[in-house]
Amino acid sequence: MADKGATTVLRVIQNQDLDVKQKLRLIRLRAEHFFFGFNDRKGFLLKFVIYTLLLGIGFVYLYPMLYMFITSMKSLSDLLDMAINWIPSSVYLDNYNQAYQVMNIRPALIGSMQIALFPTVLQVIVASLVGYGFARFEFPLKKLWFALMIFSFIIPPQILMMPKYRLFSEIGLTGSLSAFTIPAALGQGINSTIFILIFYQFFKQTPTSLYEAAEVDGASQFTSFFKIAIPMAVPAFIVAFLFSFVWYWNETYLTSLFLTSSSTDITTILLQLQSFEQNYEALYPSTEAGPNRINEGIKMAGTMLSILPLLITYFFLQRYFVESVDNTGITGE
Amino acid sequence: MKLKRETLYGYFFILPWLVGFLGLVLYPMIQSFYYSLNSMRITPTGLRFIYVGFNNYLDVWLQDMFFITELGGFAVDTLIRIPVIVVFALVIAMLLNQDVKFKGLFRTIFFLPVIVASGPVINQLVDQGATAIPMLNLDVVMNILTMFLPNYLAEVVGGLFNQIITILWYSGVQILLFLAALQKIDPNLYEAAKIDGGSSWECFWKITLPTIKPIILINLVYTLISLANSGQNPIIDLIYANMFNATRGYGFASAMAWMYAILITFMLAVIVLVFRERKSKRFG
Repeated sequence: MADKGATTVLRVIQNQDLDVKQKLRLIRLRAEHFFFGFNDRKGFLLKFVIYTLLLGIGFVYLYPMLYMFITSMKSLSDLLDMAINWIPSSVYLDNYNQAYQVMNIRPALIGSMQIALFPTVLQVIVASLVGYGFARFEFPLKKLWFALMIFSFIIPPQILMMPKYRLFSEIGLTGSLSAFTIPAALGQGINSTIFILIFYQFFKQTPTSLYEAAEVDGASQFTSFFKIAIPMAVPAFIVAFLFSFVWYWNETYLTSLFLTSSSTDITTILLQLQSFEQNYEALYPSTEAGPNRINEGIKMAGTMLSILPLLITYFFLQRYFVESVDNTGITGE
Repeated sequence: MKLKRETLYGYFFILPWLVGFLGLVLYPMIQSFYYSLNSMRITPTGLRFIYVGFNNYLDVWLQDMFFITELGGFAVDTLIRIPVIVVFALVIAMLLNQDVKFKGLFRTIFFLPVIVASGPVINQLVDQGATAIPMLNLDVVMNILTMFLPNYLAEVVGGLFNQIITILWYSGVQILLFLAALQKIDPNLYEAAKIDGGSSWECFWKITLPTIKPIILINLVYTLISLANSGQNPIIDLIYANMFNATRGYGFASAMAWMYAILITFMLAVIVLVFRERKSKRFG
């Protein structure tokens, strides 16, 4: 665009028919169009502002990650050296080695996978059923139940925590995976309400005539749920699955309540991260100013390890996350 | 009376949720209220309940020295954070909604916090000072702020600058919601406005904002709830600590949780009242 602008400006200047005043006016107009845009085309200034903002905010978002990554690669001498800020003097992977051992990665990874995967599958299935029920059928008290569902999302979980904890420990659920799978199967998992609403919105959008046609052809309600509703809601399933997985993976309040307070073998990566310092000291007892003291590099390596599985998943599946807005109708009308 | 088939199917489909709601929401709620009226002691023979009326509630206010300060701090903090987060999310969503190059890349970056922002991770990052803006000298900011603002306000705003990255990291879902809403606005509306001579600025106030108003409300509510329930919240730690405290126990912690819930509900009510859909008398 700049080239084109320049040639036309040149042409205006070289044009013999115009006097200086006209030429100046034309050039000014050109410049204005270039900087401020006209009609639908955006001016250079606006574009400049947009990209600057995007880049700036993008940097702010990425900064902690970069910082974490760089710090995790620094050896002790690099950490103490004030001159070394962004580029470590050598690739130093010992931090990761130590963090790997402190965090007990293998069982923690298995625990995290279990706690994220099983409740997620149940939760998504149940949310789709309930969302379908609310979207497709008219039944007495429906409005009341719907309002109560939203209410159950708003009510602070702290109120429910204690009785739930007692209930669970009485029937022996604490310390086992069931403490997560059973609420998920009953539509009371982490943010279940949001998923039910997503499915509700989605099933509401499919035209009723489709179901009616199926019914005329003799399909039962279940056939039309499995053969019509589910295939059409594939994007909603993907989104619900991804978000649910991430939320379960990142959950620490419930996991520490149900898992740490009772003796159990299940642990998750994030619980390990939470007690990183204690674990470290237990593994490497610190001597007076000895070389074994915990340092930022090791902590950051631990943090990095705990988010790495999610990061990898994200980079493969980010398309679905990012496009989820386009095809789920997440917001409703 | 024979039940209608539709009723039957409807209840069949929502049955799991219904059972969950009654068993895991309603029942614990009633129980929790009952706890809060009792002093609970763990004895070798099991739990012992002593009815104390509303004494637990009184104790929360009069005996616990942390609760009131934490609650006040939380209220002020939240009131400042919510608008910042929501406005920021709207700005970012509008930027992303433009026709920019590398849109996918930018979106990927902006949704990253949704994936990695969990309690312990953020705690670690905050500990390391990775969430403060590097080039910003806080002392200078504070000096300028104290010149214009009373001291306590300056401190709050200064703190805001200090944790700006954490705040922004909380806005992932909000950006998503805004973006979805923005994409649903009919482009013809803008075209018509342009033909009538409306500037982009006017279009924003007269078209964009009124159309996404319901989403603004949803985002405000979501932000409040996610802040209130986040693991960084000191009050939640306090409740948790009291729950396993030998001298206080469940009863006291329940009372505290209820007081906290009332505060949140009050804040929610204020937000909803201010931003609810009013029946408009004219077509905007």
